[in-house]
Amino acid sequence: MIVGSASVVIQYILDSIANGSLYALMALSLSLLFGVMGLMNFAYGELIMSGAFTMYYTHSWGPVGMIAMTVIVVVVMSLLMELLAFRPLRKAGPSTLLITSFALSIALQKLAYMTTNPGIPKTVRPYPWLTQQFEVSGVLMSRLEVIIWVMTIVLLVGMTLLLKRTALGIQLRASTEDFRMSQLVGVKANRVISSAFAITGLLASVVTVLFMLGHGDVRPNVGQGPVLVAFVGGVIGGLGSLPGAALGGFVLGLVLNILQATLPRSLQGHTTMFAFLGVIAILVLQPGGMIVSIRKLRRKRDQAAALSEGAPS
Amino acid sequence: MLEVNELSVSYGRINAVQALTISVAEGEFVGLVGHNGAGKSTTLLTVTGTLRPAGGDVLFDGKSIVGLAPDEILRRGIALVPEGRRIFGRLSVGENLKIGATTRKDKKGVEEDMRKILDRFPVLQRYWNKSGAKLSGGEQQMLAIGRALLSRPRLLLLDEPTLGLAPLMVDRVFEILDDLHKEGTTILLVEQNAARTIEVADRTYVLRSGGRIQFQGTSEELAKMGDFETAYIGMG
Repeated sequence: MIVGSASVVIQYILDSIANGSLYALMALSLSLLFGVMGLMNFAYGELIMSGAFTMYYTHSWGPVGMIAMTVIVVVVMSLLMELLAFRPLRKAGPSTLLITSFALSIALQKLAYMTTNPGIPKTVRPYPWLTQQFEVSGVLMSRLEVIIWVMTIVLLVGMTLLLKRTALGIQLRASTEDFRMSQLVGVKANRVISSAFAITGLLASVVTVLFMLGHGDVRPNVGQGPVLVAFVGGVIGGLGSLPGAALGGFVLGLVLNILQATLPRSLQGHTTMFAFLGVIAILVLQPGGMIVSIRKLRRKRDQAAALSEGAPS
Repeated sequence: MLEVNELSVSYGRINAVQALTISVAEGEFVGLVGHNGAGKSTTLLTVTGTLRPAGGDVLFDGKSIVGLAPDEILRRGIALVPEGRRIFGRLSVGENLKIGATTRKDKKGVEEDMRKILDRFPVLQRYWNKSGAKLSGGEQQMLAIGRALLSRPRLLLLDEPTLGLAPLMVDRVFEILDDLHKEGTTILLVEQNAARTIEVADRTYVLRSGGRIQFQGTSEELAKMGDFETAYIGMG
């Protein structure tokens, strides 16, 4: 098969967009919780883990049953996390919440090691009709990739509509900006926080399904790597901003995939090192993240425009 | 309507408010003035449930509201226009107003109130889709008052609404408060601008540091007090 170099590049880009999309969804979830309650939830990885095990144990139910059960388990896990671990700490500072999330993450991983017999390797067998590649004008792609793009777009559009058009969305955005004030205008703290955890759970379950159908290996620490990448991506974009975090997650996921494909074989094991070096550079230059920097640039431009018109700024 | 009895609030070892007793009757416009650190804002934050008192009680319609969540206190009818306005800058002007009606279920009533507020503050209609952060200080103050009014409060608390505003805007804010009072809204206004406050308020409490009452009375009574003149009006 002769494949032109242009189509190889396009293929890399398409693969990378699919990968970046998953991280965008994860970073968006992390940013939502961070904004609403100052929680950087590292136990998010264990939501993915619980979803992965659910997929493994319900694989024989067929795709619909398996996906439905995964969504239910992950959303319930997310709500339970809030109720049992984070609600009692509602008034605690961000560092206490952060340490709690680490503790919860480790505890859940250990629990999985103890109860799931990790000696036996477990995989979610991919459905061949989903992962089999087909060629479109020289570019190889699979149904799974197409589904990832479509699902990401659907979820991002859905999230945007939810946040912009519904009362709950306005309350969530107000709470991410000023939680105390949102309570003073009547937003119920429990309701908005539980909703944030439910949304987080829903996004995590979709990410799990899409991620596991592509990767397959089910381990107790399966969520640890992705959550770290999503966290760093969120920080690059600015965790305090929902679109910023999603964009940061997307870009980092994209870059990681491009590096994986383009670095010489001997350096491929160090992909994350190169990506994180870039992250450090960005954060040294722009500690507030990309979106904050874009806002600053816009403000400067507005001020310059106002000055040139002679209007008071 | 509102009774604050022997209220004490402390931040760690610092007593911000000590045994403060004030009351606001239905339909009344009450001023609470004093210098920085007199405990004025602390009192409002405690009434609205953001701070917990160390002692004393806050009664609304004869029932204690101490320990209730801020949203529950709002549901009972107490709305706050906070210090610094605290507009949601990432929300549009329209969304800032809509979120003010979070506690209400009567859609028609909300629409009606929204129309009244936009008639009162046409600038908010003009900037409906603009980000709240982009408004001027005075416009933000109108937005903050509009947002509080949309909960249809029975008691409106305002924390230094004229702070940092241009003189013309200060006049406008006092005018708005006077209008609201004449229309029947019960108001408790916290201000540093004592002279302007006693002009519009039915009664005014003057606090000294630690939330203790130094003077209180109607504007005529306060005007007769020589000490009050020198201490506050001269500086107002």
